[in-house]
Amino acid sequence: MIVAKGLSKVYGEFRAVDGIDFEVHRGESFGILGPNGAGKSTTMKMIAAVSKRTDGELTILGKDPNLKGPEIRAHLGVVPQKDLLDRELKAWENLYIYGRYFGLSKKFLKPKVEEMLAFAQLEEKRNSKVEEMSGGMQRRLAIARGLINEPEILLLDEPTTGLDPQARHVLWDRLFRLKENGVTTVITTHYMDEAEQLCDRLVVMDKGKIMAEGTPAGLIKDYSSKEVLEVRFGTDRNEATAPQLATIAERIEVLPDRILVYVEDGDAALEKIHALGLRPVTSLVRRSSLEDVFLRLTGRSLVD
Amino acid sequence: MSDLKFVPGQAVNVRHAMRVGAFRVAEYRLRNMAKWWDAIIAFGIGNPVLYLVSVGIGIGALVDHSTGGHGIGGVSYLQFVAPALLASAAMQGMSDEVTFPVLEGFTWSKYFFAIGGTVISPKQIVNGIYLAAFVRGIWTVLTYGLILLAFQAIPMVSFFPLILSSLLAGCGWTAVMMAVSAHIKDDDGFFAIIGRFVIAPMFLFSGTFYPLSQMPIYLQWIGWISPLWHSTDVGRVLTIGQPTQPWLMVVHFAYFVAMFIGGFAFTYPVFARRLAE
Amino acid sequence: MITSIATSMAVRIAEKRAGKFGSGVYSGRAGQLVERNFLAFKSSNWLVVISGFVEPVFYLLAFGLGIGKLIGGVTDGSGHTVSYAQYIVPALLATSAMNGAIYDSTWNVFFKMHFGKIYQAMLATSLGSLDVALGEIGWALLRGLTYSIGFMLVVAPMGLIPSWWGLLAIPGATLIAFGFASVGMGMTSFMKNFHQMDWINFFMLPMFLFSGTFYPISVFPEWIQWIIRALPLNQAVELIRGLTLGNLNLAMAGHALYFVVMIAAGLFFTTKRLTALFMS
Ligand SMILES: Nc1ncnc2c1ncn2[C@@H]1O[C@H](COP(=O)(O)OP(=O)(O)O)[C@@H](O)[C@H]1O
Ligand SMILES: [Mg+2]
Repeated sequence: MIVAKGLSKVYGEFRAVDGIDFEVHRGESFGILGPNGAGKSTTMKMIAAVSKRTDGELTILGKDPNLKGPEIRAHLGVVPQKDLLDRELKAWENLYIYGRYFGLSKKFLKPKVEEMLAFAQLEEKRNSKVEEMSGGMQRRLAIARGLINEPEILLLDEPTTGLDPQARHVLWDRLFRLKENGVTTVITTHYMDEAEQLCDRLVVMDKGKIMAEGTPAGLIKDYSSKEVLEVRFGTDRNEATAPQLATIAERIEVLPDRILVYVEDGDAALEKIHALGLRPVTSLVRRSSLEDVFLRLTGRSLVD
Repeated sequence: MSDLKFVPGQAVNVRHAMRVGAFRVAEYRLRNMAKWWDAIIAFGIGNPVLYLVSVGIGIGALVDHSTGGHGIGGVSYLQFVAPALLASAAMQGMSDEVTFPVLEGFTWSKYFFAIGGTVISPKQIVNGIYLAAFVRGIWTVLTYGLILLAFQAIPMVSFFPLILSSLLAGCGWTAVMMAVSAHIKDDDGFFAIIGRFVIAPMFLFSGTFYPLSQMPIYLQWIGWISPLWHSTDVGRVLTIGQPTQPWLMVVHFAYFVAMFIGGFAFTYPVFARRLAE
Repeated sequence: MITSIATSMAVRIAEKRAGKFGSGVYSGRAGQLVERNFLAFKSSNWLVVISGFVEPVFYLLAFGLGIGKLIGGVTDGSGHTVSYAQYIVPALLATSAMNGAIYDSTWNVFFKMHFGKIYQAMLATSLGSLDVALGEIGWALLRGLTYSIGFMLVVAPMGLIPSWWGLLAIPGATLIAFGFASVGMGMTSFMKNFHQMDWINFFMLPMFLFSGTFYPISVFPEWIQWIIRALPLNQAVELIRGLTLGNLNLAMAGHALYFVVMIAAGLFFTTKRLTALFMS
């Protein structure tokens, strides 16, 4: 449904998106994972057919956004990073008016607005203004708004950034439901748990470039070990202990506050550390995550 | 818990949507304006009544008294200022509906970017905003004109030509203000500056309260570039039979048209650029 | 380092004032707010600042010189005839004091309350709500004072201030601004949206047009005159006009008292409201 080849966006001298290739297929949930400033929003705006690409090729729903912007946008649902809701209007009016922009009739929109309010679990807030709603509710309203034209593709730019954990889970639940209904979605995020939860397939993006592509499980398999042992020796001693740890694992990462030891069996590795006569202050064994993939690819963590 | 059941991509009739875009933006603006209906009605009626009473029995009394009851050019002072007040109200009422919304849309709530994500093109946003302002303009000149009639400040026969020429001045001025607003990155006292350096002098020095020729020559240029003066001049020809020349009337209307075209010409590309950022 | 000094100072002040009357709302640090506004002001748009000064000058040019020619002289309160320009200069001074004070204490404050959320942050420190009210109003006065001095510097050389008493018009305008700013800020603290803010302008316009600014109120029937006399702008115009034209009379003490009451009432409600809004 979306094909990008060598897609670039240059602001002045700065290459915000630097020659990326990817494809999004019908019915899948596609993710773009990357830290702040990676170029996710810029990519999204090009896919949304509002921002013109500087270079490369981009086809959305079989059309070129430079030539057929309105036609493409007619079948997209957009949930921008900042919600961009109209603060003067009530919840239902925000949905209704947005539907009108797509040329939809009052007859069509009347039941549709109620359906979307129900989907976003905002029936009670139907007549509230945007200010009177929590951040999570506003985001759900923005998602409902993005779905009002029954789009082929829904674009979500950092849908849960700035929300508290509970609001995030409510939102994830809604997005799962969308997936079950066969809506194609593109999601950007800098949360690795979100990417693991919501995406069938994803690309890891950093500094305008794509570093890797695959399924969450596949990426972890390719770029990390099965388990990770996190040990802390105290801030001043981590660095000194590192060389010794390197002998028991194929790879380690020294972070300012802890050391990550990449191994197949975490508990066994911990025993080996004890056998070396080292006594970490704390230790923790966990499964590898996309965070580790990112660290491996860029040498930095996702959230700074 | 509810589920969504739809076949993606079926609901929108693209060609229809692209055709009606501007009207849908106007619909949005009018709905938004309707939330302020009480203020719009109060200003629409209160403003002219207050000015007419104040000028009519206040300043007018002083002027008419000191000119021996002849006012200016043989008409009462109220009749002299009436066309200027009407044109000024049309310009102000209409332009308010582009300046604030444009700043709101680009800078405050950034709602234009949401509209820009739909079928609607930047050009259609411009047209829609303007269309809604035009509706406000019609309302303003109609109410103001009727109140002028009630105060016997204008003759009945000149009612329609007068409100029409005022509306034209409003259209030209509003297009210019739309272009100015589109260029504003952050407001930073924008309205205070425009209000005090542009609108206030224009209101005061456009031959509004006394003939332009009475002003020192070094201030008269304000009148010549001011749409308010052009409109007032047309209005006085229509209402109090002020003598004129055909070429001057042509200049007046050409000026409105030029502002209208120029305003749009400087607005369209800015909207297109800013929405694509 | 600086923060630790500031903190220890705040604590000292809080301790000093603890138990004193009004300690919950006032810590004697309103100056901090004025200082903050001054810093913000230095980086703000200078055109906006100048614009507050040019407005009355424009009106003077248009009405005083333009319409003045049509009108000739006006009889002032004591029966003397003065030129039209001399007649409206004090009114313009009073009006610009009002406009400036209202602008600073309504729109400005409204923005800070609802968008900048500046007060929440301030009231979380040792500042009390009266500090905020006084500081904000003090700032409005400082600006107003600058404008009135500037205006006087323009009109006095033109011979439009016939009396030396006119010098007192500057503190007079400051008193007027204080009154409007206190009440304006009190009203603003009750406003919830722009819509309501718009109504402030709606009530300012008739006040401007009818308060004896451009013509004597004697043109109106007696009962309307009494309504006008009750309006603060008419009180202000009468006060300043008495000073610049040198017509001193006892009624002026009444006008001054009017503003003292306005100030007290305005401060009382603003403090109460800010406390209820942010500190409960
Ligand atoms: N309109 C713009 N003009 C100039 N630079 C921009 C613009 N938009 C984004 N950038 C820059 O491009 C980079 C990528 O931004 P963005 O796509 O928003 O990143 P992300 O969404 O991944 O956090 C950032 O460094 C940002 O500063
Ligand atoms: Mg982003």
